[in-house]
Amino acid sequence: MQTTVAALPPRHYLNDGFGIRSWLFTRDHKRIALLYLATITLFFFIGGAMAVLIRLELATPAGDLVTDETYNKLFTMHGVMMVFFFLIPSIPATLGNFLVPLMIGAKDLAFPKLNLLSWYIFVVGGLFTLYALISGGVDTGWTFYTPFSTISSTSKVVPTALGVFITGFSSILTGLNFIVTIHRMRAPGMTWFRMPLFLWSIYATSLIMVLGTPVIAITILLVAAERLFHFGFFDPAVGGDPVLFQHLFWFYSHPAVYIMVLPSMGVVSEVVAAFCRKPVFGYRIVAFASVAIAVLGFLVWAHHMFVAGISVYAAMIFSVLSMLVAIPSAVKVFNWTATMYRGSISWQTPMLYAMGFIGLFTIGGLTGVFLATLAVNVHVTDTYFIVAHFHYIMVGGALMGYLGGLHYWWPKISGRLYPEFLAKLSAGIIFLGFNLTFFPQFVAGYLGMPRRYHAYPPDFQVLNVLSSAGASILGVGYLIPMAYLMWSLRYGRAAGSNPFGAVGLEWMTTSPPPTENFATTPVVAWDAYDYKGEVEGRVA
Amino acid sequence: MSQTHVVPTRVYYTIFAILMFCTYLTVQVAFLDLGALNTVAALAIAVFKAVLVVLFFMHVKYSTRLTWVVVIGGAFWLGILLALTMTDYLSRAWGTFG
Amino acid sequence: MLPDAVEHHHPALAHQFDSLAQQREAAALGMWVFLVTEVLFFGGLFATYAVYRWWYPDAFAAASHELDILLGGTNTAVLITSSLTMALAVHSAQLGRRRLLLLFLIATMALGCVFLGIKGVEYYHKFVEHHVPGPGFEFEAAYARQAQIFFSLYFIMTGLHAVHMIIGIGIMLAMFWMSWRGRITADYYNPIEVSGLYWHFVDIVWIFLFPLLYLIGRHA
Repeated sequence: MQTTVAALPPRHYLNDGFGIRSWLFTRDHKRIALLYLATITLFFFIGGAMAVLIRLELATPAGDLVTDETYNKLFTMHGVMMVFFFLIPSIPATLGNFLVPLMIGAKDLAFPKLNLLSWYIFVVGGLFTLYALISGGVDTGWTFYTPFSTISSTSKVVPTALGVFITGFSSILTGLNFIVTIHRMRAPGMTWFRMPLFLWSIYATSLIMVLGTPVIAITILLVAAERLFHFGFFDPAVGGDPVLFQHLFWFYSHPAVYIMVLPSMGVVSEVVAAFCRKPVFGYRIVAFASVAIAVLGFLVWAHHMFVAGISVYAAMIFSVLSMLVAIPSAVKVFNWTATMYRGSISWQTPMLYAMGFIGLFTIGGLTGVFLATLAVNVHVTDTYFIVAHFHYIMVGGALMGYLGGLHYWWPKISGRLYPEFLAKLSAGIIFLGFNLTFFPQFVAGYLGMPRRYHAYPPDFQVLNVLSSAGASILGVGYLIPMAYLMWSLRYGRAAGSNPFGAVGLEWMTTSPPPTENFATTPVVAWDAYDYKGEVEGRVA
Repeated sequence: MSQTHVVPTRVYYTIFAILMFCTYLTVQVAFLDLGALNTVAALAIAVFKAVLVVLFFMHVKYSTRLTWVVVIGGAFWLGILLALTMTDYLSRAWGTFG
Repeated sequence: MLPDAVEHHHPALAHQFDSLAQQREAAALGMWVFLVTEVLFFGGLFATYAVYRWWYPDAFAAASHELDILLGGTNTAVLITSSLTMALAVHSAQLGRRRLLLLFLIATMALGCVFLGIKGVEYYHKFVEHHVPGPGFEFEAAYARQAQIFFSLYFIMTGLHAVHMIIGIGIMLAMFWMSWRGRITADYYNPIEVSGLYWHFVDIVWIFLFPLLYLIGRHA
């Protein structure tokens, strides 16, 4: 610390007040981002611990490590923790919170108190869910399907559901804050089509948060009312339709997948441009593709329900609509690739993650098209094919983007550099471990191994052992960044304001930025990714 | 909303009178036998009332284009939820009990 | 800083904004976006309602006949009147007429309380008549099962609406306090304006609930 402290700016948001109160009552979007970062990291490792136990259990065909009931609770809590408490807030609440005002040249979000409130709501929701976990767990699967969740299950459905319900409001408030901020707080000259693509994807994500989350909130409330007061909404005993729950649930929970992956796409756009030193190919198309994914994402939910007894005619409509999502997704992949073409690519850590994202997201996305096809869907529903597919999107896609973004902006957040060699090494380990974990699951699922069982026929053992071995590599891959990022907070070399030579307003202020972000409000006179401008000296 | 637009109170009283009349009307219409049109009439009157409240009481008539987009977008998304859910329920029995 | 530095010293201007106009626009947009989330929140209930009304029209009509049109209609009138007083409160705030503003806020809150009182009477009737869903539910045999769905919807829809009313009255209390302390002026009235948007929205929800719950198949 003594050797490097001189290079950090004398006054920045991290030394603007010390002590626990300066954090718990902060209204600075950058500090709130770090509060979120700490919280979701905790939830990530809790959810990860569940995954470790699941993979340990599945290393052998016999159900020998945990009972079937415990196994049900493990995969439920793994899903609930990872989906609602890690992936959905991951990029928006941390990098989004940190970067949205910086990227548009604002002093803060439009509603800083609301931003802090949304973190508190998140924590309260998390505590509810942790209480449910400690007091006995919940065994419905993260999807809370009725009538099992309303009538049969004897586990802690209501506390878990209330935790998710409460957390939903945190998500809504964050989305609302971003939408208003992006509309109303842009610096002079920062027009919509000069905004970094990360902001377009955050904006599209916020639309989903605002439009989708309320529906799952009310759905969870209906489940709770049915469980607690014996109201009848989905109960077949009074003529209710359990499938209606699935409609309402997936109206949010399918678009929620895009809440997870769209921000990662935004990160990839930033990273690819910065490390190829070129503007993103077809900027406007990529920007509109984000919004298109957000909108189309709301029209496809029933592809989760093809075998649930819905109308075959409705299923056909949903099948076709689902395939449409592939168009804007593919546009993005092609445009990133086109950006790299003849770029001067430097293979630093964030770029490695971005490359990982592009490859893994493509696999996840293409298998999604298989699943949207009615006949194939019937064959692989509720098998490990599905498990592999959504982990390729959520872990291979969303988490890779998150880690890439975390590395890319880490010098900005902390003011210090992470050790490049270790970072590259762990990026490689994660990529390897991830594929070894989840690719065999495609095969197992295609061969018919059903999901959500703690025992399986011995025929599947080789694939499962591969998967469990991959998971242990993956786990190591996640621990290394955790360690060196913490280390770098104290011992990392000072980064300077722009260690990657990237363009964008966030790189024009100090690292770490001052509390008010910019000494004077910037005036923007150039497009995003103006890497030619760098040569002409327009950018610091 | 950027400029302060003060609406004359006369407008508010007129809208209030129309809303009250519509409430009376919707009750009266409910007692006529219009078949399936009863529901249509009830919803049409309700939508009309809601539009009046949004336009005048909530000042959308005098607001920015962005406000219009938000309001229409909200209604549109509600439409997506209702319409796509109903595609299943309207067609589920087709060819099953025929 | 920006040209409109003159406004920087207005006590109501938050640090992250450059001008009161920007702050007002942000607050209004924020409330509108919030109301969209509310539309979809109630939207889940309306979707549930649509499905079951489509499936069980007769049971819904029979169950709807148990509701009191006079009480429901009166409540509709009460809420519409409260929307008028709310609109007039915003109007008074715009013109900086503090006493009139306070008066209209009180009227709005009072009408809100009347609404909740009448709602309470209706709930009490349903409780006495064993129309609360659950083990104690009683209804004519032909529709005994499906009428529970109607009453489940009735209670959750009107119940959540009532919760919104209570929150609205709480907001109005806060607005009353702010206006009382003289913090609302003709330059800075967006708290009143934004609260008004919320109040009108709650009114709109009821405008739909009334015909959908009280007026099904009344001609029969």
